[in-house]
Order: sequence, then C-alpha cells, then structure tokens
Amino acid sequence: MQTMQPLHAFTVHTQLPLDLFGVDISLTNTAIALLLTSICSTVILILLLQRQSILPGRAQLLGEMYFEFIRNMTLKNIHEHGEHYVPIMFTLFTLIVGSNLMGLLPGSFAPTTQIVVTGTLAVAVFLYTVYLRVRLHGWGFFHAFAPHGIPFYLMPLMVPVEILSFLARPVSLAVRLFANMTAGHTVLGVIAFFGLLAPWYVQWVPLSLSVALLGVEIFIAAIQAYIFCVLSCVYIDDAIHPHS
Amino acid sequence: METQSAALIGMGLAAVGMAGSGIGIGYIFGKMIEAVARQPEAEPILSKYAWIGFALVEAIALYALVLAFIIMGQA
Repeated sequence: MQTMQPLHAFTVHTQLPLDLFGVDISLTNTAIALLLTSICSTVILILLLQRQSILPGRAQLLGEMYFEFIRNMTLKNIHEHGEHYVPIMFTLFTLIVGSNLMGLLPGSFAPTTQIVVTGTLAVAVFLYTVYLRVRLHGWGFFHAFAPHGIPFYLMPLMVPVEILSFLARPVSLAVRLFANMTAGHTVLGVIAFFGLLAPWYVQWVPLSLSVALLGVEIFIAAIQAYIFCVLSCVYIDDAIHPHS
Repeated sequence: METQSAALIGMGLAAVGMAGSGIGIGYIFGKMIEAVARQPEAEPILSKYAWIGFALVEAIALYALVLAFIIMGQA
C-alpha cells in the first residue's frame, strides 16, 4: 500500500534554471502555470470579443456579461470614481479565477495554492490603498486609526486595535484565498485516494463524491476570486473615504 | 518520537476550530431560509450576500487547517 501524501501536489519544482546577475529567476511550475493562465485568459477574452457587432452573438454576449458583472461589482463597492478602478479589478478577477480554475485541470498546478502568489497580490492591493490614502489625505492618513466620537481615554485601547486590524487586512486576504484553494485540492486528493484504495464494490462512493466535489470546487474558485475583488474594492473605498 | 506524537495531537486539536465555522454556516443558511420564507421576492439579493457570508465563514475553518499545516511543518 503506497503512503498518502496529500500535500505532495503543492511542491514547487524548478523546470528551467535561470540566473540573472545572481538573482534566481528560474522558471518553476508556479511561474509556468501563471504564464499559462494569463495567456489562456487573454486568448479566450480576445476570441470572445473578436467579431463585434451591434447585435451581439453568443460569444460577444458572454464576454460582455463577464465584463458587466465585474463593472457592476466595482461601481457598487467604490462609491466615488468607481470607473477608474474597473480595469484593475477586471485584471485581478481574471487572473485569480483563471489560476483557480487552472488547478482543476488534471495534472495541472494552481498558482493560488502558493502563498507567495496570493501574498504578492494581497500586499500589492494593500500598498496601493496605503498610497491612495496618503495621496488623497496626506497626514490625515493617521486619522483613520483614531475613529471619531470615542472618548479620549479609550484611545490607548482603540488605536492599537485599529492599527492591528489595518495590518491584518493583507494577511487575511492572502491566507483566505491560499487556504481555500489548498484545502479544496487536498480534499479532492484524499477522496481520490480513498477511491483508489477501496474494494471495487464500494469504489463508486468516493469516486462519485469526487465528481460532486469538483463541482463545488469550480463554484469555490469563482466565489473566492469574487470575494478577493469585493474586499479589495472595500479597502480602496475605505482609503478614499476613511470612516465616513 | 514524542514531539511527533504531540504534533499529531496538536493537528487534531486544531480541527476543533472548525466547529465554530460549522455553527456559522448553519446560522447563515438558517437565517437565509427564514428570510426567503418571509419575503420570497428578495431571494436573488439575499442569496448573493448569503454566499459571500458562506465563503467568509468557510475561510475561518480553513485558518484552522493552515494552523494544522504549520504544526505539521514544525514536527
């Protein structure tokens, strides 16, 4: 009986060792999957919107629905100048949902199961909100940590809590996406392993369960990308109007 | 050997955190059904928020899983 290694699928292998002035820029399976994701999503979106007409066909309708969905989500959550943030949210959503779905292909690899990838995305969003807040409010940046209307003797308690909750944002963003993807793939792996080990007359139980779980995973892949984008929108809106 | 067995016990204990998430998901969908029963025409709006809440609560359970992984890495 072979031993079960549910986390074996998430190891990073170097496929093509590269070195740029002493900096390791090797092509790993994460990088390859990310590149494939961006290429595939770009090609699919270009193909969908290739033949544009006043009376949209099925493909154009699909592409426009996808864009409209993200645009509505952005405009609903960012109340001022929401149009400016539609492109970045579209890119974020497409990248995340693409890399989540990429991992569901058999033999493939999901870049979002690496906390490096999700952490980079989350820290980028976080630094952008910090930049926005400093640019729009200057020294008023620090007002966000001292909410209005609380008695001053509560300040020593409230300010550290506010600072902590502010700093916890990128961590929770990154860990939420990473943990959801990793847990989903681990569960799929464990169920598939049960299916392989079980005697033939009960094999249909875990194998049919794994089909149902794949459906759930597709749903989770979309909903986690949606949540990442909604929370990014909320943080950007919070940076534009701190505690309004 | 003792550290390894302690790590296994710790990983099992980390799974206790998922109980709270189970309560949370039950609460979300219970309230959702209640709300839809009161006002069936509000279902599309409510279901969107219910799914967002579901994903947020589910993530809490997965933090427990991450903790278990960290303990596993320490052993």
